[in-house]
Amino acid sequence: MSTIPRALTLAPQAPGVQASTRRAARRRARRERATAWAFIGPSVLVILGLSIVPVVWSLLLSFRADDLVTPGRWVGLDNYRALAQDPNFRTAVGNTLLYTALYVPLSLVGGLALALALNRRIRFIGIYRTLVFIPFVVSATAQGVLFSFILDPDFGVANALLHHLGVAKQGFLSDPNQALYLLVLISLWNSVGFCVVVYLAALQDVPPELVESARLDGANRRQILRHVTWPALTPVTVFLVLWQLITALQVFDLIYVTTKGGPLDSTTVVVYFVWQQAFQLFTAGYGAASAYVLAVALLVAGGALHLVRRRLGRTEGAAR
Amino acid sequence: MTARRPTTAHRSTLGWHLLLAPLALAFALPLVWLVLSSVMSDAEINRFPPALWPHGIHLGGYRYVFGNAMFPRWFLNSLIVSTVAVASNLLFGALGGYAFARMRFGGSRVVLGLMLATMVVPFQLTMIPTFLVMKWLGLIDTLGALIVPSLVTPFAVFLFRQFFLSLPREMEEAAWIDGCSRLRVLFSIVLPLARPALATVAVLTFLTAWNDLSWPLIAINHDTQYTLQLGLTTFQGQHHTKWSAVMAGNVITVLPVLVAFLLAQKTFIQSLTSSGIKG
Repeated sequence: MSTIPRALTLAPQAPGVQASTRRAARRRARRERATAWAFIGPSVLVILGLSIVPVVWSLLLSFRADDLVTPGRWVGLDNYRALAQDPNFRTAVGNTLLYTALYVPLSLVGGLALALALNRRIRFIGIYRTLVFIPFVVSATAQGVLFSFILDPDFGVANALLHHLGVAKQGFLSDPNQALYLLVLISLWNSVGFCVVVYLAALQDVPPELVESARLDGANRRQILRHVTWPALTPVTVFLVLWQLITALQVFDLIYVTTKGGPLDSTTVVVYFVWQQAFQLFTAGYGAASAYVLAVALLVAGGALHLVRRRLGRTEGAAR
Repeated sequence: MTARRPTTAHRSTLGWHLLLAPLALAFALPLVWLVLSSVMSDAEINRFPPALWPHGIHLGGYRYVFGNAMFPRWFLNSLIVSTVAVASNLLFGALGGYAFARMRFGGSRVVLGLMLATMVVPFQLTMIPTFLVMKWLGLIDTLGALIVPSLVTPFAVFLFRQFFLSLPREMEEAAWIDGCSRLRVLFSIVLPLARPALATVAVLTFLTAWNDLSWPLIAINHDTQYTLQLGLTTFQGQHHTKWSAVMAGNVITVLPVLVAFLLAQKTFIQSLTSSGIKG
């Protein structure tokens, strides 16, 4: 290994001892380097080996026809061309976009509204907050199984309640016109609590003097929310939009457990499509290509939000 | 003003209770129903409309789950996978994070940058090649296939790094000059100060590992190697009509995270918000 001269932490000494100290320091730096690589070794192996390598591998796969068993062959851009024409993929993209367009804004608005309501010191507030948050720790599998039961057309409690109210039996998850909307609702039940918790933490960081002085200046509640609280929440909102967007575009577990993409493909989303192609239909190259389309979409969305965040950061800095 | 305050305050809190109590209950209701239906008899469940409250506690569902199904095995599998994931993320995350925070070595910035970049790589992009790597390692259909990819996450490394950077260096440097090795310094000086970081990584790793479905679904075929999540969804598919047993299995799947959450609620929420806002 070549040794790069580096800054010595020791104070300069007399010329005689300098050579030997320098040698000692060099030895020490080499040992330090070895220790450091030993420390990061496991992480490098796992993270780079099971992330960077697969990313490149997936890209190569997406240019091939491959069933993961027999040797594949190079097909160039054929997979991507086929995707552009594939009505099933178009359906999956459409469903994913609809799901995302409902889920992201609703979870943020709901989260903010609940956080504002829960941001006060009254009795039982701890219990209220806990109850709103608790669904977040429930796995997508458990949610899916539970709501399949609640929404079961024949034995479910949802239809029983509707029956008591005199409403006709609903198909719920077996109705292609309802299934996707219900899945949005189930996901909201699970994840609004997360937005609430993040917003609550941010609300507690809003300086009370600022709110107080706005009130003294004669601002009403809505004006305070609009001009004091909301600007303070912007960075958190950008983070939540990004987070919820990533979650929504990647939804899979809940759909696998409840509808398996049905009825009539009404809940097939992109990740479900990828999984089906790779592990059900054994067209891994095609699956990899569709995964890449999704990844690029995620990257674009993430990059755009990053720009927004930087822009906001700049204007905020300028205002100060 | 002072004279009026108590009454208005009282009235306004009552209004908030009237709003918040039903809302909070609405969030809890599906989980209440989960527990209730797990102790109902089949006769109570399998009729329309179903009973809304069980008459007595029937443990038939639980008996079925423990007797006829492999739930105990799946529970153990889930426990093994999540425990190993937590332990190894703490160990390798702390080691890696410490090296990136405190040690100078060539290539550190590049490697750290690459690691951070992998945080934004979606799982679907890596799942097919990861499956092939696991197959090549001969781990498909074993718990090893579940453990290896979750041994350490970039999130754990990065979180530890950020935390260590926020600690003062002086104490470590004194110990180091006294001849303590880096490893000693990390374990006897730094980690005892790093409780919040350790708790955050432990909590979030456990939650992710315990609740995952998509990777076990891909990596595991044989039912002796199922995790609870995979077992539960397969069990539901095979026992459509035994809803009380399915719900009993569901309770068993949810209970560990629920208990863990209620025991460490504060840590849990702090973990989420701190990693959320800064991450």
